[in-house]
Amino acid sequence: MIEISTLTKVFGSGQEAMTALDNVSVTIAENEFFTLLGPSGCGKTTLLRMIAGFELPDTGEIRLDGQPVTHLPPHHRPINTVFQNYALFPHMNVAQNVGFGLEMLGRDRKEIDATVARTLELVRLDHLAGRRIDQLSGGQQQRVALARALAPAPKVLLLDEPLSALDFKLRKEMQSELKRLQLETGITFVFVTHDQEEALTMSDRIAVMSAGKILQIGRPMDIYDRPAARFVADFIGDINFIEGTVTDGGTVATGSGDLAVTAPLPASGTTVTLAIRPEHVMPGAEGPNSLAGTLAERVYFGSGTVLEVDLGATRISCRTGDAPFAEGAPLSVTLPPERLQVLQD
Amino acid sequence: MADATETRKTPRAKAFDLRRQPGFAAAAWACIIFLYAPIVVLIVFSFNDNRSVVRWTEFSLRWYTEAFANEGIQKATWMSLKVAFVATALATTFATMAALATTRVARFRGQGIVFAIINQPLMIPEIVTAVATLSFFSLIKQATGWQGVGFLMLAHTVFCIPFAFLPIRARLQDMTITLEQAAADLYATPWAAFRRVTLPLMAPGILAGATLAFVVSLDDVIITLMIAGPGETTLPIYILGQIRRGITPEINAVSTLLLGLSLLLVSLTFLLGRKRSRA
Repeated sequence: MIEISTLTKVFGSGQEAMTALDNVSVTIAENEFFTLLGPSGCGKTTLLRMIAGFELPDTGEIRLDGQPVTHLPPHHRPINTVFQNYALFPHMNVAQNVGFGLEMLGRDRKEIDATVARTLELVRLDHLAGRRIDQLSGGQQQRVALARALAPAPKVLLLDEPLSALDFKLRKEMQSELKRLQLETGITFVFVTHDQEEALTMSDRIAVMSAGKILQIGRPMDIYDRPAARFVADFIGDINFIEGTVTDGGTVATGSGDLAVTAPLPASGTTVTLAIRPEHVMPGAEGPNSLAGTLAERVYFGSGTVLEVDLGATRISCRTGDAPFAEGAPLSVTLPPERLQVLQD
Repeated sequence: MADATETRKTPRAKAFDLRRQPGFAAAAWACIIFLYAPIVVLIVFSFNDNRSVVRWTEFSLRWYTEAFANEGIQKATWMSLKVAFVATALATTFATMAALATTRVARFRGQGIVFAIINQPLMIPEIVTAVATLSFFSLIKQATGWQGVGFLMLAHTVFCIPFAFLPIRARLQDMTITLEQAAADLYATPWAAFRRVTLPLMAPGILAGATLAFVVSLDDVIITLMIAGPGETTLPIYILGQIRRGITPEINAVSTLLLGLSLLLVSLTFLLGRKRSRA
């Protein structure tokens, strides 16, 4: 278990000061696949480097299984990292790379050889043990980096955007591979990415970060279905925002009409933002929350179609399967009340 | 107007080939001939069976045999090698430390000044360094009474440092620091990370730096001329002394050997470096 409490880090000083981490607290459970998600510069990599020991916080503490590790140098932490560009040792072969950690831990030769063989098998590279690093493809290097970090059986494995250098197909393959490895080894994975899809498919829990702060922590479906802030809603997936004001009648008045919501509303008169995913918007008038508009644009994307509907005051996109609608024709959309999120920032 | 010239220039710039410019080939050949013709002549006449260095008679190894038998040359060679070895070892060690200290730490204020200070001997005219070192050493010698070849070795070490420093630093700058972080992440102590990762990877740079330092030390005249005491004649100084009495084929032979040694060292470094970077 990793307990991170009130970590703050400021780089530079004076006018150039940049707050990389702003009072960040999070607890990561044993055996969890935990993802730090955010755009570049949000502080996710700084947080990862702090857990690894490459960066010291200005204030705050990191505990691993109850033991404070905040100021331990990297080589004293039972934590291994898969670096973004792999950082494989070019002067050693595959097996020597994978065995490096165990060797540094002073394990005997026999045990090292056995563990290296077992770990290479785990990442399906046992046939390449004697290869030089520059003879490997990008995907193979990725697996060697994984094996090298897994071989010493760390308590925590840190992964710094490890899939970003791979092409689309390989990335898909490695995503399920990583998930499998995490389940098989039972090691806590802390994964850093800016790719929301990667985060949603692999993680047990996600922490969405922006400007040095954690905005929301939750399971992928919580984050997707109930974003706590506009930034989270916008960063993950596609979403429509509709500005409005809470009315006395418990509805939200928008430029295109009054909308009922099932989520709790703040006091009457408060400005709020309603958010709804395109796949939850239904074409056609069906029940409450129907808004009349015209079909402005139709975009076909293979497994479905996105309809851009002009509601006068605002535009809304609606994702649907088949779309027998003509551009320019009148089209109503229905926003199911239970699908409308109420955001207040 | 500006646009018009732009568009006219672009297709020409694409087809531009420096090698096809008028005068390029002539200039290149002139450079090559002026550089290498004298050396070729020197080598050829070192194999001439005649005392003259301008008139060829017959092939012979006579001057090499005489050079090897010459006690003055023997002593000078031995002195040169001794000084070069010590200076190279010391200069390379210091240069390695300096290169690590300027690349493997967080950026600090005055880093540029440190860099300039290390490379200073390259900028200052050698004669100035020589005179300054001479008077400084005289002061020390007077105050302490110390004598010996150590002073010459020290002087050589000093001017060899920047030559060793540059290739080592270049190599370190090419190496990402993530590799050392990866080693630390995998439980390597700072010393183990240095020995197992940094040092093997920077070895080609160290080798190149050491070779350069060795050749520079072997070749030095001005500083050595000032600093060397009696009995501390190095090979270049010996050659210089002999030439005052006219060029002999024996000097040609010695020079050819010196050239051969330099070439051998440089090729060796190149080959080893290439092998290393592939491994």
